[in-house]
Amino acid sequence: MTTPVLRLSKITKTFGNIQANDDVSLDLYPGEIVALLGENGAGKTTLMSILFGHYLADEGEIDVRGERLAQGSPRAALSAGVGMVHQHFTLAGNMNVLDNIILGTEQLWRLGTRRKKARHKLIRLMDRFGLKVNPDARVRDLSVGEQQRAEILKVLYRDARILILDEPTAVLTPQEADHLFATLDQLVAEGLSIIFITHKMREVMAVSHRCVVLRQGRVVHETRTRNTSPEDLARHMVGQKVAHFTRQRLIPGNQVLSLRQISMAGKAGKPGLTQLNLTLRACEILGIAGVSGNGQSQLADIICGLTAPDQGEICIRSGTAPAGKPKAMIKAGLARVPDDRTGIGLIDEMTVMENMASEHYKAAPFSRNGLLNFRAMAEKTKALVAEFDVRCPDIHTTVRNLSGGNMQKLILARELSGNPSIILANQPSWGLDVGATAYVHDRLMEAAGKGAGIIVISEDLDELFLVADQIQVISQGRLSLPMAVDEVDREALGLIMAGHGPQASTQEDSHAH
Amino acid sequence: MRIEPRQAQSVARTVLALVLAVAAALGICSLLILWSGASPVQGWILMVKGALGSKFALSETLTRATPLIFTGLAAAVAFRARLWNIGGEGQFYIGACMAILLGTDTGLPPWAVIPYLFLAGALAGGLFLLIPTLLKTHMNVDEVVTTLLLNFVVLLFVNWLVFGPWKDPMAMGWPQSAPVVDAAALPILMAKTRLHLGFVLGVGAAVLIWLFMDRTVWGFEIRAVGANPKASRFAGMPVNATIIRTALVSGGLAAMAGVSELLGVKGYLTTDLSPGFGYTGIVVAMLAALHPLGVVVSALFVAMIYIGADAMSRGINISNYIADVTTAVSLLAVLAALFFTKYRIKR
Amino acid sequence: MALLQFLLETGFWVAMVRMATPLIFGTLGELICERAGVLNLGIEGIMAAGCMGGWMWVYLGGTLWGGVAFAAGIGVAFGLIHSLFTVFLGLSQHVSGLGLTMLGSSLSAFVFRMLLPKATTPPKIVPFAPLELPGLSQIPFIGEVFFSQTALTLLAVALVVTVAYVLFKTPLGLAFRMVGENPMAVEAQGLSVFGLRTAAVCAGSAMMAVGGAFLTLSAFDAYYIGMVNGRGWICIALVVFSSWKPYKALLGCLLFAAFDAIQMRVQQQAGMAIPYQLYLALPYIFSILALIIMSRKAAYPKALLIPFRKGER
Repeated sequence: MTTPVLRLSKITKTFGNIQANDDVSLDLYPGEIVALLGENGAGKTTLMSILFGHYLADEGEIDVRGERLAQGSPRAALSAGVGMVHQHFTLAGNMNVLDNIILGTEQLWRLGTRRKKARHKLIRLMDRFGLKVNPDARVRDLSVGEQQRAEILKVLYRDARILILDEPTAVLTPQEADHLFATLDQLVAEGLSIIFITHKMREVMAVSHRCVVLRQGRVVHETRTRNTSPEDLARHMVGQKVAHFTRQRLIPGNQVLSLRQISMAGKAGKPGLTQLNLTLRACEILGIAGVSGNGQSQLADIICGLTAPDQGEICIRSGTAPAGKPKAMIKAGLARVPDDRTGIGLIDEMTVMENMASEHYKAAPFSRNGLLNFRAMAEKTKALVAEFDVRCPDIHTTVRNLSGGNMQKLILARELSGNPSIILANQPSWGLDVGATAYVHDRLMEAAGKGAGIIVISEDLDELFLVADQIQVISQGRLSLPMAVDEVDREALGLIMAGHGPQASTQEDSHAH
Repeated sequence: MRIEPRQAQSVARTVLALVLAVAAALGICSLLILWSGASPVQGWILMVKGALGSKFALSETLTRATPLIFTGLAAAVAFRARLWNIGGEGQFYIGACMAILLGTDTGLPPWAVIPYLFLAGALAGGLFLLIPTLLKTHMNVDEVVTTLLLNFVVLLFVNWLVFGPWKDPMAMGWPQSAPVVDAAALPILMAKTRLHLGFVLGVGAAVLIWLFMDRTVWGFEIRAVGANPKASRFAGMPVNATIIRTALVSGGLAAMAGVSELLGVKGYLTTDLSPGFGYTGIVVAMLAALHPLGVVVSALFVAMIYIGADAMSRGINISNYIADVTTAVSLLAVLAALFFTKYRIKR
Repeated sequence: MALLQFLLETGFWVAMVRMATPLIFGTLGELICERAGVLNLGIEGIMAAGCMGGWMWVYLGGTLWGGVAFAAGIGVAFGLIHSLFTVFLGLSQHVSGLGLTMLGSSLSAFVFRMLLPKATTPPKIVPFAPLELPGLSQIPFIGEVFFSQTALTLLAVALVVTVAYVLFKTPLGLAFRMVGENPMAVEAQGLSVFGLRTAAVCAGSAMMAVGGAFLTLSAFDAYYIGMVNGRGWICIALVVFSSWKPYKALLGCLLFAAFDAIQMRVQQQAGMAIPYQLYLALPYIFSILALIIMSRKAAYPKALLIPFRKGER
């Protein structure tokens, strides 16, 4: 039994009332890949952030190669050979790759920078590990996959021997993810040890040697990967048998929304949209699959009316919708569940009641002649809070104090209560645990049953296979032809997501269905 | 050490924080008084006496508070929408100029003159603030510096007016404008004092603005846009229209301060009609945590400091700049104090 | 034309470089703060405090360079307060800055009156004398314009070169720029966001204060309340105009000072036809125009105005 290269002992951390980590111990041996699994909120990122020095643990110790690691200092962690590839990249978009990588590697009081030497070292690293990026490119001009490579190189440049990766495949196509795993194997062959955080079972089975499952801040299971299965791991992650969700087969009704030949120029490094065609019918759920950065936000903005396309038109039922007016789309019966809950979906300084009224405050019953009717707002809010199970102390609680799941329920309550005919859900289960995710899917299905047509944009293929009837892939700003979910397989989808395969639906094709 | 958001906010904690902040500010200024070689205790006693110690003193404090209520409301409304209107001083003078422009020869029946001048002044002030506001909404120009630089421009404009075309030939050489008609003068509320109707109008405005911000659709939009413009736009609120509305109200209020001061105190335009009411209004708004009714209280407090400082400076050997220093320190103290109502520091 | 003749006079260029000096200090100071992600609206008050402080040091018997150092120290003190509020506590950079401007302006007036309660004409001190550099000062035109300025002007220009070098060619400068673009990236590389931002704000504030001190120790020889007269605000506009680049800032300051010098001469000669107040208003109007022109595509440091809260991710 070799000695562990990293030992976390009895790590405990509390934030306010939430216990993020509870007496967690973990060993990492040289040359192994350990997958750290758990639902959202299980404490995985907190644990790794403590290891890397972003936080101080309340209790517990960390030993790297037998030596005590000073906590709370990323500099100490880096010196000890621990490097972290963060889920949200720690790169400055306006600076180039080389600058991002050499930041902090030289003494601050030096009179000059040894760029040439740094560049050589970087290029040697790139060759050695097969991670190619242009060192002089500005980070914001790079694709997401390239940015991740830069983030990994940043850590390797500092001679990290222990690598932490936080949800690395969240932003990659299946093929890019495979390439990443090959890189990880190569790193391990060179003697590095890796912990990688994920909630995707497929990856765990494919690449890890050992799995550690966290639930509610505690280690609940630890095993060699070859001795376990995805179902077993899922059960430990959630703590109970995972219910199988069956999708109801509904007969689609009339067309409720269509996009015809929508094009928009890209700007500031973001891709444009090219000739998008999309048709949505009542009682139907259309999934838009794709790795982030391929035009999803632009598509969502156009459907919501936040931006106007350069060309093409949007039709609601039979009439054309005015472009660029969010208010008009809301009036036409569009409900939106945005991907950014606190940035766009809710005003987090305001109360539950105020947020519930934020779209319809101008009309009766919430106001009359310009004066707000607080009693009506309170009544309606209380009813909706009960109906949608939004857990909050009372309707005057500031939204910032709600959990992610309850914020999403609040948004659903606001959006679905008006029986909308069109629903746009953008990454609806992002950051939610299994319970909240199931709730969201249930309500969306219910809305479809009531006649709504729903578009779900998601990076999570599993989610789309679960809830959608039809799938279109968005890749580089283009939409693929719609495919029935029962007739398509993941491999094929993966290829389309990476840009190969049947492209761009035309007007005739979408009518012919 | 770590900073952690608090779960609940209470009004009691906010008021306590404000009171502690003011106490801290007074404490710091006591050190300055000590450094000047005088006794702080004596100084503060003189200040309180000078501001509240007699009917006349009280009337002076209320008179001094009047323009501060208006400029405080102007800043409170604007800052609530995150529109950084630092141009209150300039808008004050725009209002005063309108009062002279239209008030020396109105042709209106006497009862209509005062409302007419207030309305005209408010409109002019609102439109004047609209210039930097439109630059912000349409051209992404930061409004802090533009509103501020415009203050200097307006002051020079007023300087030109009173030394030039509006110079009153009957004023024996003093640079001032001709006075407004008698009907425009705001009635005095207390005999043998300077306390005028403007104070009542100010308090009335505070109540109206409070109802506006708290109970109306427009007020709701202003608060939402100030809290999160992206989310407000997403919810379908007219963000630009809301900011423009805010500018019209804020600029209008600051201009009304000018109308009130001119019609109530002096009756004619001079370059020193405002010893910085526009800037002090910002402090007044912050001390009230941007609450319209709180603005009345903080305006009275700040007025007390200024009137009291005059008395203090006559009694002990200290310049009345102590008032400006005290308000500046209060602003910083309140900023820090309000932080502690939202966050807590943990080891 | 009379204007053209004026532009060819050495006197004009000498005045231009001299009048640009406080602007250079102020603009560089604000540029450093903003590059690190912190807006410092306290500049007007800090310049006032440095202005009075520098004068006070000399008036009470100190040396001129002692006065400069004292002013710089005052700047650092203001910078520390601003950093405490905005960097450490993450409070509103706007309000903190405005508070500091009010504090700096009022405190300098108060202390001045405390020292000289009855003065009607401000007492004079002996300011920096124009330099006499052997050989260099004798060069026709350039010798007078550049090498016969006072020491602080040369310091200002040297500072532009230094700041440009540090910002773009050293690891410290890279760290400063990064902390204004993405502080999370800085923390992940083991550096201290709070430390870097505080250092930038203090260094910048020290420069601003020295810019104020220039007015009493070099340009004029006495202090009067209200001397800074809006120069701080003009510097903020000039920072945007310079796209946060030191050499462009130098150019902007010189351009601005040129307009100011022209405006003063035209005022002297034009007589009463155009009111002199309009001339005095021109600097402020120009600053607004400069802001309008440059704001459309302004490449603001990405993390400007956004406080860095540890642990909020």
